[in-house]
Amino acid sequence: MAHFEKANSLNEWMDQRIGLNTLKRVLNTEYWIPKDINFLWAMGMVLAATFGILVISGIFLLMYYKPDTNLAFDSVNYTIMAEVGYGWLWRHIHGIGASLVFLIIYIHMFTGIYYGSYKRGRELIWLSGMGLFVAFSAEAFSGYMLPWGQMSYWAGMVITNLFSGGSLEAYGLVEWIRGDYVPGDAYLTRFFMLHVFLIPLVIIGLIVLHFGTLRLPHVNNQEGAEIDFEEAADLWKAGKRKESKVIPFSPVFLSKDVFVMGVYFILFFYLVFYNFNFAMDPVNFDPADGLKTPAHIYPEWYFLWSYEILRPFSKDVGLIAFGIAQAALFFLPFIDRSPNVAPAHKRGLFKYWFWALIVIMIALTALGKLPPTDPLFATLGLIFAVAFLFMGPILFVITMFEKKIEKGA
Amino acid sequence: MRELKIFAVVVFFSLLTYWLVEPYAHHQMHMKVDKDGKEIVIKSHGFTYDGTDDIAEAERKGDAALVTKKKAFWADVKTVAALKGNAAAGETVFANCIGCHNGANINMGGVIPPNLDHSGAIYDKNYLIALIKDPAMAGNVDHKYADTSLHPMGSIKFTVSDNQQIADVVAYMQEKKAGEVTPKEAFTEACVRCHAVRYTKTTQLGDTPKFKHKKDELAHEIKVIEEQDLVKAYMGNLPPDLSMMIRARGEHFMETFIENPQGQLAGTSMPRVGLNQEGYEKVKEYLTEAGDPSKKAREQLGPWVIGFFVFFTILAFLWKKSMWRDLH
Repeated sequence: MAHFEKANSLNEWMDQRIGLNTLKRVLNTEYWIPKDINFLWAMGMVLAATFGILVISGIFLLMYYKPDTNLAFDSVNYTIMAEVGYGWLWRHIHGIGASLVFLIIYIHMFTGIYYGSYKRGRELIWLSGMGLFVAFSAEAFSGYMLPWGQMSYWAGMVITNLFSGGSLEAYGLVEWIRGDYVPGDAYLTRFFMLHVFLIPLVIIGLIVLHFGTLRLPHVNNQEGAEIDFEEAADLWKAGKRKESKVIPFSPVFLSKDVFVMGVYFILFFYLVFYNFNFAMDPVNFDPADGLKTPAHIYPEWYFLWSYEILRPFSKDVGLIAFGIAQAALFFLPFIDRSPNVAPAHKRGLFKYWFWALIVIMIALTALGKLPPTDPLFATLGLIFAVAFLFMGPILFVITMFEKKIEKGA
Repeated sequence: MRELKIFAVVVFFSLLTYWLVEPYAHHQMHMKVDKDGKEIVIKSHGFTYDGTDDIAEAERKGDAALVTKKKAFWADVKTVAALKGNAAAGETVFANCIGCHNGANINMGGVIPPNLDHSGAIYDKNYLIALIKDPAMAGNVDHKYADTSLHPMGSIKFTVSDNQQIADVVAYMQEKKAGEVTPKEAFTEACVRCHAVRYTKTTQLGDTPKFKHKKDELAHEIKVIEEQDLVKAYMGNLPPDLSMMIRARGEHFMETFIENPQGQLAGTSMPRVGLNQEGYEKVKEYLTEAGDPSKKAREQLGPWVIGFFVFFTILAFLWKKSMWRDLH
């Protein structure tokens, strides 16, 4: 047992026992962030806040939700929406949060790509972030099953069918995943477990890892400049705030984060109260009916681009393309051969590659929802899906020949 | 300023994506086209009925005989509508109606004849005339019946056939069977013979009473199932429960579907029910109360929450300003 003095304040008492002051220093006041940043650098904290909101609203919904195919729909649409005080508010918050979290994830990802924040030293940030993207996708999908509406049922049917592996016809695997021949009670309860326990646990673990991977390479900055963090930190501590290239996470960086969050929450609650149908599809207010296939089955907007990579091809080719698309983004740090850590507008051809990627992703997203029975949409879908698949090899080639940027120029 | 430019780019691409996957994609998905691929625009016409939709549908089918029949029918309706009805004379004619529309809750040929207590208030005048002339044509479900007399209300042709009589009985309904109508009354009279609403404990037999004994409750349940079987046999399928319909369908769909079910869902066995604007508003109010009861609370709370975050953002901006003042 170590020696303990009598403490004179609660702070001191805590400090003796869990090193409170050290924690504050390491995590807040001496966690250095570059000064040369813009509001896109706040997306991480916006995501953390949104995740927090999803957890809190989820806890309230969990108190009344019933994972049973006979009760689920009415427990959501009647008990929660009509009987429980402010149940409707928590549900709308949860629904909008689930959709907006992906908007911010995509902005966060494209910011990382634009500024080259996945390059040497920062690969693990990218990889853990992609892990989070996959975990959030699984969380979104499993959660979408729970209201047991028409779209829950049929989206569940379509997505679990993918595991039959096309011509492999692995229907045994599909049945194993569903616990039944079609989505039913066993299916609902296991996705309920995944949604409220296992996947959130994985997400929390990955968030800790994601923060951890940031620590040594530090957050990138607008110019991709290399910074001597120790020297810059010493300048700051010496009171030379103008000369120092860094700011402490708390309170300086945080003050900007909180402002950005404020703007974000205005949008968030505008959608919660006045424009929620995009996140809570009206079709899902029809109860699940295995004998009545909806005219159009489509995933939520954030899955549309990968859905559209599956759709325009024949069965097996489509599945392979879909598989590649899911995994491709993980490899970004290794496909990009350029030695430069710099924003896209300073990287020659990479600039065009980046904007082409944005256009392709948005086109795929739109086409993933537009009816493929229209030959124009079907053709465009095929063109953009093929274009997406070529983006990897193209990136590899153009970055091999990318000129090294002399820093300080 | 650079930061605002970046913000503009982010907003632009977000809104573009939103527009593509929401308004544009949904328009494309639900668009109806004729056989030449031309878009059929379905518009609401204020819950009045003159057969325009029905004639246009027949024309699109290319069935000349049907077009002539529909045109003749709605021209007849117009003729009757122009006659001056005598409410006092109409009361005698109305005695014919009460034979079936008697509130006995007994199924007759497929459905329970609805109560007509507010028929003059919630239904359109032209529609009532059309309905008495030919129920199948009025409902735009004539394709279901080889002969109108096979319609559950088909016998009306043999009892009330004189144009003046029709004008009189409609005048009577508009005068004596009108007055204040609650959303529940409007909904019950117009919809409940086919549709249940489990969130308001309403079945095809009307309100579900409270039972002291389990035995009575089960007996009532059996009666409901028997009634539903009759409706199902007549309609081909049990019409859907309407509990969540107000959230499951958009405003535009609801309006145009109720005005003319065939327009949105060709071949559906649901007849046009002939609600007028007031009747529709009442029905909508009832469905909102059942399926979206938080609407009012939502609209009241919204400005406060958003106002709070505007205030929060202003404070946060001032804090950020003070924190970053001496950094550059």
